[in-house]
Amino acid sequence: MKLKNLLIAAIRSLAKNKMRTFLTMLGIIIGVGSVIAMIAIGQGSKKSIQAQISTLGTNVMMIWPQASSTGGVRMEAGTSQKMTLEDVKIISERCPAVAAITPQVRSSGQLVAGNMNWRTSVYGVYPEYFEIRNLKLVSGSVFTMNDDRSAAKVCVVGQTVVNNLFGEDSDPIGRFIRINKIPFKIIGIIESKGQNAFGQDQDDIVIAPFSTVQKRMLAITHIQSMLASAKTEALIPTASQEITEVLKAKHQLGPSEDPDFTIRTQTDIAKMATSTSGIMTILLATIAGISLIVGGIGIMNIMLVSVTERTREIGIRMSVGARGRDVLLQFLIEALMISLLGGIIGIVFGILVSQLIAMILMWPVTITADSILMSFLFSSAIGIFFGWYPARKAAQLNPIDALRYE
Amino acid sequence: MGDVDVHALRGVNISIQQGDFVAIMGKSGSGKSTFMNILGCLDVPTRGKYMLDGVDVGALSKDQLANLRNLKIGFVFQSFNLLSRTSALENVELPLMYNRKITSREMRSRAIQALESVGLETRAHHMPNQLSGGEQQRVAIARSLVNNPVVILADEPTGNLDTRTSLEVMEVFQELNRRGITVVIVTHESDIAAFTKRNITFRDGKIIKEIEVNKPRNAREELSLIPVTVEEDEL
Repeated sequence: MKLKNLLIAAIRSLAKNKMRTFLTMLGIIIGVGSVIAMIAIGQGSKKSIQAQISTLGTNVMMIWPQASSTGGVRMEAGTSQKMTLEDVKIISERCPAVAAITPQVRSSGQLVAGNMNWRTSVYGVYPEYFEIRNLKLVSGSVFTMNDDRSAAKVCVVGQTVVNNLFGEDSDPIGRFIRINKIPFKIIGIIESKGQNAFGQDQDDIVIAPFSTVQKRMLAITHIQSMLASAKTEALIPTASQEITEVLKAKHQLGPSEDPDFTIRTQTDIAKMATSTSGIMTILLATIAGISLIVGGIGIMNIMLVSVTERTREIGIRMSVGARGRDVLLQFLIEALMISLLGGIIGIVFGILVSQLIAMILMWPVTITADSILMSFLFSSAIGIFFGWYPARKAAQLNPIDALRYE
Repeated sequence: MGDVDVHALRGVNISIQQGDFVAIMGKSGSGKSTFMNILGCLDVPTRGKYMLDGVDVGALSKDQLANLRNLKIGFVFQSFNLLSRTSALENVELPLMYNRKITSREMRSRAIQALESVGLETRAHHMPNQLSGGEQQRVAIARSLVNNPVVILADEPTGNLDTRTSLEVMEVFQELNRRGITVVIVTHESDIAAFTKRNITFRDGKIIKEIEVNKPRNAREELSLIPVTVEEDEL
């Protein structure tokens, strides 16, 4: 039988039992719909976490010195003083995958302006820091390397600091604040970034030239950590590898020795933070997938009833020349049509449900083309898998018995 | 295997020529159904040979048998066996659906032609439950001849019909036979067998009687003698 005729025959026989066809389809509709909706919710929460992580900057890598140890007693991570500006210089010279790098020192200070005061962290960095962390200014400008060389007493402040020292909607550019009694001139204000993935206020910050903080406030010669960015997201592992090799050579460590520093990339952090939501997605999708299989069993059940009910029809078809495979194909196509049509309706249903969840519960949802394609293929596979047995049963009927069947 | 072999037929040697009109008679259990199943390529003989249009049917696979039924045989059954909720035209088209060489346009025109030859072209779009028993059987006959078979096999075609509609059905068979189509019918009514050219009687799997009908009855003449009933007047 030609494919066109097979399709017509299948549509006709499904249309003969509209209610039954619809109820059978319902299993697939609910199954596919819930797969789409569950994956949309899982992906949505994953994406919102990723969006928060990306506020760290673009392709960011953090390099910390390892814990120092004195006579076998190991200290806190980052306490080693072996990392210096030389390291920063050599990395920027010898690591082609690194786009930008800055040393980083951190001090905490009491900020005073007029009759107000506030305590917060003061970071000493190169101007590249703003590029790496993707920080933008709402007014003023960033300090320069000249400011760093002269250890100029200038700073860029976050919105929370402005609000607490000068009140909201004020523009304190050019005004002075005293940090641990040293007067600093405010030259820029950072655009608000809100909380990060771990609930910290990213606007509660003061950023000053590196040497200003290192020499004037901390009076140290080493650097506490480095912040670098890779040229592209794909180059993050390469950059990490290059930094490891260069720094190990610089610190005179053999290739087999453990490095005396730790590199943590944005990818690592993102992976960590999204792994929980990934597990949730898998869990939800599994439950939804099980309902899809239950829908498939529904198809098999109805197709078996249909084969028994239509034994005589099968006999008639065989007597006029239908071969076993024509009958097999006819029933298989019917099963496939139920599951495919159910799949398509289920996709629409799933998208609607996801949008409804986004609207009513305000949850972030993301519908991916992958999940749509996957559930479409999965539902047609179910049609073939669960339609096969009844169809084969129909194809193997003996025409003489089938014609005599009452 | 472990079952007792039942010889439904034994020692049957028969030859049906093109253009013949044969009635197979006998009581139930006489072997006439098995004989018809073999003629119709629904069954193959365990021993012996059946040659249909020059082909040894016994040596064929299931698919080849189906193909043979599709191209060379037309079936008419006692209980009509039309597909329910399927129009007369679509029922007639059914055998052509399984013939890959026929286009849908040809399918349609041949089905209409077949319906015309049984006088039902005006009922093409009726469903079987909207047709009388006689009309349903005529649709079934149209279906059996739509593929230009070498033989039409009818199993008790008048078994479920009253006298008048039986005559109508027999008239169609006689007309088809006049056009050169070979027809074999199974019947246990001797007055129906009297419309054919040759009567073969089975008992216990053997042919016990084989006679030529000297002067077959003429269904058309007899129909014209019966007063026209209220429900039908298509003479």
